[in-house]
Amino acid sequence: MQQIIVSFLYYSKKIPLRNDMDKSKMACPFAHARAEKGYGDMNDQDDPVKILLRLRDVRKSAKDWKTFQSGGEEVGRIVVPSEVHIRDTRQIPFEVDPPEHTDYRNLVEPWFKRPNEDAYQSRLKEIVNVVLDDVLSKDTIEVVSEFSLVIQSRALTVLLNTPFEESETWIGWGTHVFRSEDTHLDADKANILYDYIDKEIDRAIKNPTDDLYSKLVNAEVNGKKLTKEEVKGVMILTFAGGRDTVINAITNSIAYFAEHPESLARIKESPEMINTAIEELIRYYAPLTHMGRVVTKNTQVCEQDIKAQSRVSLCWASANRDEKTFANPEEVVLDRKVNPHVSFGFGTHNCLGATHARALLRIILSEMVQKVKSIDILAHEDNVEDLDEFKRKVGFNSLSVKFNAI
Amino acid sequence: MAKITFITKDGEKVTVEGDSGNVMQLAVNNGVEGIDGDCGGVCSCATCHVFVAENDMDKVGEAGEIEADMLELEDNVSDFSRLCCQIEVSEAIDGIELTVAKED
Repeated sequence: MQQIIVSFLYYSKKIPLRNDMDKSKMACPFAHARAEKGYGDMNDQDDPVKILLRLRDVRKSAKDWKTFQSGGEEVGRIVVPSEVHIRDTRQIPFEVDPPEHTDYRNLVEPWFKRPNEDAYQSRLKEIVNVVLDDVLSKDTIEVVSEFSLVIQSRALTVLLNTPFEESETWIGWGTHVFRSEDTHLDADKANILYDYIDKEIDRAIKNPTDDLYSKLVNAEVNGKKLTKEEVKGVMILTFAGGRDTVINAITNSIAYFAEHPESLARIKESPEMINTAIEELIRYYAPLTHMGRVVTKNTQVCEQDIKAQSRVSLCWASANRDEKTFANPEEVVLDRKVNPHVSFGFGTHNCLGATHARALLRIILSEMVQKVKSIDILAHEDNVEDLDEFKRKVGFNSLSVKFNAI
Repeated sequence: MAKITFITKDGEKVTVEGDSGNVMQLAVNNGVEGIDGDCGGVCSCATCHVFVAENDMDKVGEAGEIEADMLELEDNVSDFSRLCCQIEVSEAIDGIELTVAKED
């Protein structure tokens, strides 16, 4: 009954129901806890995680790799949900701390900065345009599997410098490479990726090309050739780190522009806005909610004792909405000039793939505003993460739309 | 028009000219080594950290609060640190000298 009265009031005042325009909204479930206490608690597979919510604490802890460790003994423990039971290969450089981290990072960094080159961006542009032309010719598109996954996979062939056809295999894996349908981590599914990478490494040893596998197979760190296991560690990181995150970033951005067609027109008029617009969408949608660390000694955060060997996580999604730093944190402000978000992490372990992700997202937007007038959302199903104390929408399981050409 | 000199890690001096935008963008456009500007100038990545020459501090001014919060956590921060994406290019900073802070 109450519902009917509320609805009646909305209609009688001609105020649109909230539901009409909030499919692209990503409410912040952390706001109250962030202000009140600064942390949250999550029990992940009986290995609890204290989730740090404030920008300042998140950045400080990310910088302090000695106390907040990534390269501890138990491989996979810093990921939430923990991958301790499904993965033995150490991801590199992600699960290594300095000083070894520095050597690995310096080895791969130039390769992951290639997205700044014009030739690289031309290849991305071509990939994006083919997909855009395709979706514009169709009546209905399911964005996650037919747009985001396709662009992400094809763009990954540019990052790895592997044949374009490889993307068909990756697209064939579907969106749930690491998870079964109920979203729990699934060892069998993860093994598809691990076996594939093993084969590719063997292929690169036999017949080296100009791809990332071959580069790593022949690379040395401190005068020693990388082992197969180390090469695998870099490749798993590259595949895993850049899949769901990029797919979420693209899909959420499409939902945003579907509900804000005026922003497409505005960016078309003022293309110099593309950089701030992409950084703002990355801040607001924070494609990776948080990342864990293992605490190496008894310490304190937010006046809470944290015991050595326990886990904390650095909540990028919450830190990005911290009202102490961001004015109107709950609003998407496409020309936000100062935007110190932490969607790509912060400090030593900041995202290796950020240059690629940024280049790709900027190109999608700059090409889209030339071709797409509006996008109609036809159906959607939210992807909500369960962090015990918090439930956070991170993206969509599916999003069906119609792209309308200019 | 402003002339800005960067001193890179190798001690090389590179002088560039510009009249608009921010100093990071000017450095990136001219390929100044050690200024990456990954985030495109929104004060998010700290890959454009420079040390302003002591005599030029008055011209350039101090970091704002958000920038200072970023700098505070940089390993090699000094009293002369700035993120140069937050410095506007204008006549007012003509002749300044900036040392690239990146170390690896």
